[in-house]
Amino acid sequence: MALYSEKVMDHFLNPRNVGTIENPSGVGKVGNPVCGDVMQIEIKVEDNRIEDIKFKTFGCAAAIATSSMVTEMVKGKTLEEARAITNKAVAEALDGLPPVKMHCSNLAAEALHEAINQYQEKVRSNNN
Amino acid sequence: MVKRVYMDHSATTPLDPRVLKAMEPYLTEEYGNPSSIHRMGQIARNGVETAREQVARLINAAPEEIIFTSGGTEADNLAILGLMEAMPPRGQHIITSAIEHHAVLDVFAYLERKGYQVTFLPVNEYGMVEPETLERAMKPNTALVSIMHANNEIGTIQPIKKLAAIAHEGGAVFHTDAVQTVGRIPVDVKDMGVDMLSCSAHKLYGPKGVGCLYKKKGIRLARRLFGGAQERKLRSGTENVPGIVGFGAAAEIAGEVMSESIEHLTKLGRNLSGSLLRLIPDTILTGDPVNRLPGHVSLCFRYVEGESILLMLDQLGIMASSGSACTSGSLDPSHVLLAIGLPHEIAHGSVRLSLGRTNTQEDVDYVVQVLPGIIERLRMMSPMTGEGVM
Repeated sequence: MALYSEKVMDHFLNPRNVGTIENPSGVGKVGNPVCGDVMQIEIKVEDNRIEDIKFKTFGCAAAIATSSMVTEMVKGKTLEEARAITNKAVAEALDGLPPVKMHCSNLAAEALHEAINQYQEKVRSNNN
Repeated sequence: MVKRVYMDHSATTPLDPRVLKAMEPYLTEEYGNPSSIHRMGQIARNGVETAREQVARLINAAPEEIIFTSGGTEADNLAILGLMEAMPPRGQHIITSAIEHHAVLDVFAYLERKGYQVTFLPVNEYGMVEPETLERAMKPNTALVSIMHANNEIGTIQPIKKLAAIAHEGGAVFHTDAVQTVGRIPVDVKDMGVDMLSCSAHKLYGPKGVGCLYKKKGIRLARRLFGGAQERKLRSGTENVPGIVGFGAAAEIAGEVMSESIEHLTKLGRNLSGSLLRLIPDTILTGDPVNRLPGHVSLCFRYVEGESILLMLDQLGIMASSGSACTSGSLDPSHVLLAIGLPHEIAHGSVRLSLGRTNTQEDVDYVVQVLPGIIERLRMMSPMTGEGVM
């Protein structure tokens, strides 16, 4: 049996949406190089929708694949829909992850949520 | 089919076809038990005793000083636990290094919980146990010093002769885990002055599931296994006859080809590490640049993580290993890389390419051709690149 599912390997070897966005609406960066995982997700929001999303990840294949998958899952979605994405949903979309790698999927969802939070805080402070 | 370039010989080596040939009769028609009186038993006994002579010759020991075990781990456990159990427990002090294999390290941790005083010696940045460090750690009640001959992850070869002399001056027994060296570089138990030495057949093109402990005459051990009293009562259980015969054959071949193999591996290893260090920026060679296993190339690539590198190499048919957290099943990178002072974030980017007899310059060229692209690709994906935060 292989270590990872075919979907994980596909997203690891052909990651979607790698990179950064010029003047992003929100940025989420989570993890710690000491632990071997850092994920950065940038989003461009227009009309309450994620128009564009990019990631950069330092980590193992599971970390890269979950980052790639989460960007694919939320592109074009409303912020509410994107916020509803859980780490479990990301792992399931990849046909599962080995148990020791589940924390990688936590990070991907966390980075996304942090990017949304940052955007919404910016909007709120601009409105005040 | 994807090309296969195996560069993980410190993990295990392929079985030499000549070794398989030597084993074959004992896997088929010569299935006797060496403890049996009849002729088939005696044929098996002869197979085991010939192998004992072959293994003894490789390390300059006497045949009766060889105790066959199931491998390096069992040999380490027998050496350390067997010695301590043979002594009345009087709160003895025992010493090992911080970079040992877990087959030694975890035994010491166990003995520490049992009430022994334990010192884990630090190493320098090259992974070397400096003799002065051992000298300072010795106490009047030091009973055992166990320091590996060469490290599996970073390839550093320890000054065993000096370390053993210091242990003996202080009245302690000296054991070395030589799993990485026996069959690869010259190992002479008399010249090194060791009392016990562990080794494993599958690291020298022999079969898995067999190894041995060299125990100098006069060193007393308590048995760890009770039963049929095989191996001079120290390792009960019917002998793994085909495995032991294979170990003997592998030891004999290793002795014959050693100088040629060292020359070959030293050259390939230098070409490989030299090219990679030149072509890939922000790369560190770990371990001692000079006193290291021939053909052992251990590197850390900054800003990227080891498991990702291994999987991309594997896609291209190259088999290597890493000491990153993601490959160790915990959140910490290898204890060896941390002990030589590497920060966690750099240790996560470790890759070990350990070459063997059958590797060629063509294999080296292939790795040199593809690895820089893999690192570049992963670095483009990494949020750390160019930030200077690492």
